Amino acid sequence: MAYRINPETDRAYIEEFRRSPIGLHSPGLRRVLNTLRYDPTGRQVILVCRKPFKEWVLGEMPAHRSEPLAVEAGPVFTSREEAEWEVFRRRWKAHTGENINLPLKEQD
Amino acid sequence: MLEILGYPDRYSVPQGGEIRFMVSLEEGEKFEARLVRVINGDCNPEGPGLKFKEIAHAANGSYPGKRQKIDAGSYMVAPSVPRLGSFTFTAYVWPTLRTRNFQTIAAQGSVKIGLVEGALTLAAGEERHALDCRMLTRQWYAIKVSLDAKARRFTLEQMPLSTYALQNDRGRKSGRIAALPKTRKGFWIAGCPQGDGTVGEHFDGKIESPALLRIARWDFSREIPTTKTIDLGPSKHHGRLVNMPARAMKGHNWDGSEHRWMFKPEHYGAIHFHHDDLYDAGWEPSVALKIPADLKSGPYALHVRSGKSDEMATREDYISFFVVPRKGGRREKIAFLAPTCAYMAYANHAEHITAREAERTVGRLLQFGHSDLYMYEHPELGGSLYDSHLDGSGVCYSSRLRPVLNFSSRYHSWLGGHGSALWQYNADTHLFDWLDHHGFAYDAITDEDLHQQGHSLLKDYRVVLTGTHPEYHSTPMWDAMKRWLDEGGRLMYLGANGWYWRVAFHKELPGVIEVRRAEDGIRTWAAEPGEYYHSFNGELGGLWRRIGRPPNVMCAVGFIAQGFDLSSYYRRGPDSYHPRANFIFEGVDEEVIGNFGLIGGGAAGLELDCVNVRLGSPPNTLKLASSENHSALVMLVNEEFGVVPPNLGGDQNDQVRADLAFAELPGGGAVFSVSSIAWCGSLSHNNYDNSVSHITANVLNRFVKPEPFA
Repeated sequence: MAYRINPETDRAYIEEFRRSPIGLHSPGLRRVLNTLRYDPTGRQVILVCRKPFKEWVLGEMPAHRSEPLAVEAGPVFTSREEAEWEVFRRRWKAHTGENINLPLKEQD
Repeated sequence: MLEILGYPDRYSVPQGGEIRFMVSLEEGEKFEARLVRVINGDCNPEGPGLKFKEIAHAANGSYPGKRQKIDAGSYMVAPSVPRLGSFTFTAYVWPTLRTRNFQTIAAQGSVKIGLVEGALTLAAGEERHALDCRMLTRQWYAIKVSLDAKARRFTLEQMPLSTYALQNDRGRKSGRIAALPKTRKGFWIAGCPQGDGTVGEHFDGKIESPALLRIARWDFSREIPTTKTIDLGPSKHHGRLVNMPARAMKGHNWDGSEHRWMFKPEHYGAIHFHHDDLYDAGWEPSVALKIPADLKSGPYALHVRSGKSDEMATREDYISFFVVPRKGGRREKIAFLAPTCAYMAYANHAEHITAREAERTVGRLLQFGHSDLYMYEHPELGGSLYDSHLDGSGVCYSSRLRPVLNFSSRYHSWLGGHGSALWQYNADTHLFDWLDHHGFAYDAITDEDLHQQGHSLLKDYRVVLTGTHPEYHSTPMWDAMKRWLDEGGRLMYLGANGWYWRVAFHKELPGVIEVRRAEDGIRTWAAEPGEYYHSFNGELGGLWRRIGRPPNVMCAVGFIAQGFDLSSYYRRGPDSYHPRANFIFEGVDEEVIGNFGLIGGGAAGLELDCVNVRLGSPPNTLKLASSENHSALVMLVNEEFGVVPPNLGGDQNDQVRADLAFAELPGGGAVFSVSSIAWCGSLSHNNYDNSVSHITANVLNRFVKPEPFA
């Protein structure tokens, strides 16, 4: 059986991802991401760019192309990293049942 | 969503020539059009930004527009077949997609023989009669369907050519037709006319040897490189194929004794039809342009605009093309060889829509811009040579006679590296911008020109610049480039993974290429065993490396690794201090080259090449610099290993690197290779004042001088 997220041992990678959602990642974080980034139902989270380099929202692609895309009205992200963090939090919740109540960046 | 789109009737137009544009509006009834020179198509605020230069032209102005549709799906029609009364139809069929509704195998008027969810069915007007058994997918069946008009009786029969335990796929049924169907002249295979004027109810799968007893017997193993189908019967009811179904396909009797269809055509009597095949969208022309004879050669676009864009809709498009020098006209010393074969190979590349491994591969969320949202909803645009048809078979033909949403400025790809995320055409605009900034005079020529004109197209140029990813080459293109280099040409290979796949051009139809993804290489689909030879010309398809001409023979380096998240930098090696390399590093003091850039943050990224003398890199090649510190997602390509190593990624494998390379050639020419798709994304850094820019300019300034290198 392929790897399953273990919240006790994998929790350490949350902070690594939060610091650098798109970057050089440790082998442990890569294993977590490879697990989170695959949905056996065939559905696929996508990043819909509303204004290039300015505005993004999330969407979901169904398993079959004959069905329509679902595009969320919000939240509206102003960077790709913000969207990556939001998706990571959602997927972590789906895999472990745990909420990650941390923003991408701490408030000043 | 994209609200306006279009395509030109050619990608290459000579000075003084004419070009037409087909435009479709999703909303509204008019649009503005203007001719622009393309300088930079990247709107990343971290870079120099979009740059277009409007060209004054009488055709600039307002045009009426409308929605134009695409009628995809391949089929055969034999127009001269007379109206049928009683008939017996036979064929071999190999269905590939059972889930679609009525799929026509053969039809005339309201008589249709087809499959309904795998069940052989005779439709006669509103009446339908079907076998109780279903066909299995990807299995051969012999079918026979008869209609006795006088007795008003039909017979349906199917026989599997392979039998399996516990399968009920053999059947026969006879019965009475209540009302004789209406027929009309002409006979259709794999599709039939619909009430709205389109051709629909297409078949997905192979059909072989369709025949009407005592009337016609079509042999699909004849005239394979063409769109003709030959009737061996006495009346010669020859047919024509529409929308490029796949030919040179194995038939029911293929036994592996011969893999070359030219030597045993009787084993290649099948044609693979798809409901999503497309050759020519066939839209009405919307704008015609006469290119001024004195217009500078280079990249251009028709900028079409139907309104103001907002967060929900894009209402403009840049329909790209190249103005090439007119025959006999003045030539610059430098030519940019637009990799139009690669642009066509990637036309409407949709793995972000169809491949569920894509997010893991690129290491970040898959971005969908307005063009991608449109692409998702319009599979009739046709796939790229990376995509598969809905039935799972690979797309082996790609045409430019259709809207190609990623052959456009402003298109940001899901694949193209963090940052600007550009791939192919739009990534090449970084080079156009740099050439413009430095004031280098250059001509544009295209792959299709090179295929057609051969060495004569190149002979007057001193330097040829490639694009960022010149991956696909036909044999005439390869031969012409090699001869030009052997005779003193200077090649600046400003990308990576070039001269990788062999392609063929159709000999009769313009603007369509073929690839067969045979045996090896990075493949998103694989050709079936026995189907490795191009239908267009009978050549063995696949990697040039497997054919015996590795890219190293052409450009001193060859494909080694790929990864689409982050780019890295080069570190100078001892060869960069060799006196032969002095001209390259003049004014460059840094040890580290290109630790900046719009494509993944570095000059070495996406796809990487390296020097390998064993594969044909000249023994005198200088390895000037090599990249390092690549991410784990940048991995060794599979033609580099036999046994899968556990250390594929750049974080653990020293083979994962780009080699900056230079080699003098025996005819006085030379080759300079950057070995990275991301290189050109670093040219504009620090207002074009940086090591990548200086090295590129140093090489170009020397290459353009007549003094021979060796």
